Amino acid sequence: MEMNIEINNRPMKANPGETILDVLTRNGIKVPTLCHMKDYFPSGACRMCVVEHENSGRLVTSCSYPVEEGMRIKTHTSRVVEARKMIVELLLSNHPDDCLYCVRNGNCQLQELAVEHHVTERRISGLKNNFSKDLSSPSITRDPDKCILCGRCVRVCEEVMGVSAIDYINRGSKTLIGTSFNKGLNTSSCVNCGQCIMVCPTGALSEKGHLNEIQMALSDPSKKVVVQYAPAISVSLAEEFGMQPGTDVNGLMNAALRKIGFDFVFDTSFSADLTIMEESAELIDRVANGGTLPLITSCCPAWVKYAEEFAVDFLPNVSSCKSPQQMLGAVIKTYFADKIKTKPEDIYSVSVMPCTAKKFEAQREDMTHHGITDVDAVMTTRELAQLIRLYGVDMYNINPELTDSPLGIRSSAGKLFGGSGGVMEAALRTAYFKLTGNELKEFKINAVRGLTGRKETKLQIGDLEVGVAVVSGLQNAKVLLDEIRNGRDDIHFIEIMACPGGCIAGGGQHIGADQKAILSRLSSLYDIDDRDSIKVSHKNPEVIELYEKFLGEPLGHMSHELLHTEYEKREVPL
Amino acid sequence: MKHGIAEILDARGGAKRDSLIPILQEIQESEGFLSQEAVSEVGSRLGIPTSKIYGVATFYNQFRFEPKGKYHIQVCRGTACHVLGSATVLDKLEKILKAKAGQTTRDGLFSIEVVACIGACGLAPVVNINGNFYAKVTEQSLTEIIENLKNKEV
Repeated sequence: MEMNIEINNRPMKANPGETILDVLTRNGIKVPTLCHMKDYFPSGACRMCVVEHENSGRLVTSCSYPVEEGMRIKTHTSRVVEARKMIVELLLSNHPDDCLYCVRNGNCQLQELAVEHHVTERRISGLKNNFSKDLSSPSITRDPDKCILCGRCVRVCEEVMGVSAIDYINRGSKTLIGTSFNKGLNTSSCVNCGQCIMVCPTGALSEKGHLNEIQMALSDPSKKVVVQYAPAISVSLAEEFGMQPGTDVNGLMNAALRKIGFDFVFDTSFSADLTIMEESAELIDRVANGGTLPLITSCCPAWVKYAEEFAVDFLPNVSSCKSPQQMLGAVIKTYFADKIKTKPEDIYSVSVMPCTAKKFEAQREDMTHHGITDVDAVMTTRELAQLIRLYGVDMYNINPELTDSPLGIRSSAGKLFGGSGGVMEAALRTAYFKLTGNELKEFKINAVRGLTGRKETKLQIGDLEVGVAVVSGLQNAKVLLDEIRNGRDDIHFIEIMACPGGCIAGGGQHIGADQKAILSRLSSLYDIDDRDSIKVSHKNPEVIELYEKFLGEPLGHMSHELLHTEYEKREVPL
Repeated sequence: MKHGIAEILDARGGAKRDSLIPILQEIQESEGFLSQEAVSEVGSRLGIPTSKIYGVATFYNQFRFEPKGKYHIQVCRGTACHVLGSATVLDKLEKILKAKAGQTTRDGLFSIEVVACIGACGLAPVVNINGNFYAKVTEQSLTEIIENLKNKEV
């Protein structure tokens, strides 16, 4: 039953249950918001979105106010505009507003609102915030001074991740956002996914930067600097340079990385193929020998930390495979070091990841070999863009180049790792071949594709009906794990990614991308899979060569030493 | 200590998140403060993340997160005391003891708590130490009071 309402003197239709903001958005009327998050229950905390409710004469928050029959709304009267401007001015009154020195300079919602509302003089000068920064986490830096208490980070951590590492502390003007007992993030239950950074409107949350170390290595003539980039990077980086979302800039990125000065450029999708070789062997081994099932993927370091804290009972289920980042790191400092006749300690290994948790993963104690770290520095997609600008590379005027050999070729299955369901699809393609000796007739497994938070399907492999589940967003993982705790036993293999939609929507990606942009990145991965000739990991010629010349066979002695790891319970306040 | 917390929680078997504040009050009553262990225990029993419990507890002045000192000093910050200068009294106290409101000195001797009106407005500004009222406190008299207590301990 439609309702008739009036907005800015014009009649409009509204549906019961909608908020005023829903109707405004649909009709192309923009009202500024801060605490509002699409698809979340409104909180109405910041009051940026106020509109005039003429029937009552009050200002109401459009994000949380439901439509009513006969309601008359004005969205941009001088009263409304003044009220919004006042809110911005009050937010600025205790804000450090040292914008020129801020990591979010030029990409800050508070800055944008100040511009939009023509805030040009300091009318209200208050006492500036004076909290201490939290630099304790290997992944995420918090600067509570810049926090405007919109609560978006708190909500994403609780509602999407099911972690709740942070919440409001204290009351009134002393309020800040922090962990339990206001300790450092490093000792909290934080899984380092970085989704809080993605929703933060200001510079209160950012990744722990590794650019200084990387620049130092690049200018050190005694170091061979090697870089690898994750499957999701090539379809996400474009947005940082104003190109169409989903544009695949793989070749341009290779060229840019060489121009910056990296000696060798490798693709983590190669080691995604390697992961598939190991993980599918592990799956087959567990099925054949009565090992712990369901097997759960271990590519996502945020999920792995989550399991070590919240799902300790599932640790035996988590694959012992290191993630592709760490596998490639390990191979670079052994097989490849040998190949280029360089000592592993003279190699500086950098990775580009769509992820902040990868920074944490790289410094895990077990991610070393004979005391040498697998990966030395990890930069996010954002940091790579910064580095490209810093070194004056013009992405619009360079020619695409190929990756280096022998760790640069990938199958499109490895490339699919960038999106939720990709690891599953790649693993099933190879497991099917290993078990039946034949390739799948149809490589595309549509049931595990797409951005949906929870996907399930069954696949007949020989005599075995394999049940698989793919979840992204750790809250979804929690629900699935609870089902298994309660006795569900028809699932053999689970892919878990912490970020909703997988790495293409990771915590290290371009800030400000909407769902449409993320979908474009995903479609771009699927297009690559359609186009590529090598569609399965076990046909990657360089992976085959690596096994022949160095590793032996999947799950073999060398693999165990370099490519597998262990997990243990973490004692943190939950 | 854990024993006490477990008992309190056992007595409220089946309690849900709406019992959080009364449970925290009982624990503070019995233990003197809310320890990290206590908060974790409450969290796992009620299914509430510790960050949320800490958030709720820090919202209210009544909860403390450090054990009380041997001398627990309540500084009244009610209206009458405020008008007669309790802000300076509190400021002075924090300086003398090198501890903030809600904290305990490192030697465990003194702890400071800010309270709203304690109903002794005629004596404003007033400070209460272990149940004894000190009336019309000034910066100087406060220094003497603390010195006297310290001397007792030597």
